[in-house]
Amino acid sequence: MSETASSGLLPHAERHHEAHPPELRHHFETEEQQHETSTLGMWVFLATEILFFGGLFTAYTIYRSFYLPGFEAGSHLLNIKAGAANTAVLIGSSFTMASAVHAAQTGKRKMLIICLILTMLLGCVFLGIKYTEYAEHWHEHQVPGLNWDGAATFPNSAPNGSVELFFCFYFFMTALHATHMIIGLGIMTVMLIFSWKGRFSEKYFSPIEISGLYWHFVDIVWIFLFPLLYLIGGRYH
Amino acid sequence: MSGHVVSMRLYLGIFLALLFLTGLTTAVAYIDMGWMNTVVALVIAFIKMMLVILFFMHVKYSSGLIRIVVLAGFFWLAIMLTFTMADELTRQWTGSPHGWGPAISSSQKP
Repeated sequence: MSETASSGLLPHAERHHEAHPPELRHHFETEEQQHETSTLGMWVFLATEILFFGGLFTAYTIYRSFYLPGFEAGSHLLNIKAGAANTAVLIGSSFTMASAVHAAQTGKRKMLIICLILTMLLGCVFLGIKYTEYAEHWHEHQVPGLNWDGAATFPNSAPNGSVELFFCFYFFMTALHATHMIIGLGIMTVMLIFSWKGRFSEKYFSPIEISGLYWHFVDIVWIFLFPLLYLIGGRYH
Repeated sequence: MSGHVVSMRLYLGIFLALLFLTGLTTAVAYIDMGWMNTVVALVIAFIKMMLVILFFMHVKYSSGLIRIVVLAGFFWLAIMLTFTMADELTRQWTGSPHGWGPAISSSQKP
């Protein structure tokens, strides 16, 4: 208390300038504590994200159990090669993101910048492939609510309504995921600027680490979307 | 600050394992195993998720506090899925009470 009292008249910044390194906010005791707090905050946010996507996953599970034939028929209409390629692309971006964290932790600024750019590039490739898939479905009149035409997809007959429902889930789930990717690209842009300015070091890399947590989470969502939408629709028929 | 630095070698190993599992799950989808197809696809997805969480997201090296928050997130998801499905899947197990039949069956799903 005596320290605060003696320096009470000094401006805030001056009082603390010598006491701790600039990256360490003074309401934290140590850098470890600060890092732990950031990580905890991000995980609490990700827990809400799990339930955010979880609502859609639960709804998907219920309707799939109601209308299995329609969902399998819908799954057949997805481009499995594009889905598998996108899974690989996203896993690649997670790898470059993990490498970015490694670079930040070991103080390699150049490698950090390269890894962040690679991560963003792979994110863009993912969105590009996703766009071609959407364009294809639009062309085939498979977009519910906008240009759905069951007769074009199933000339002979068919469980039209439930296939349309499958496509509703497909578009909502993948679009929500793509939105997260776009937000992730925004975060990575900010991280890239910070890295360029040399803001990070072996002592301070929490922003890179927790941005990485977000990026990996979005990857995990896709790891489940890929089998649920593309794979378990009776591909062997 | 220290923080656990995971070696690039381990990251590369996890990356290759994830790619292998992606190839595997895609290939297996073309083999007819009946309802097992769904189980296998989800088990592989779960393994991939665990690899990402434990190594890429450093949960293997995190404190108990972080781990319990991670577990809590998935636990609440499990509550949502389990309770919803427990209701949906068992609704038809018991007959409708006497006299309710027409009203209920007309609103039932196909």
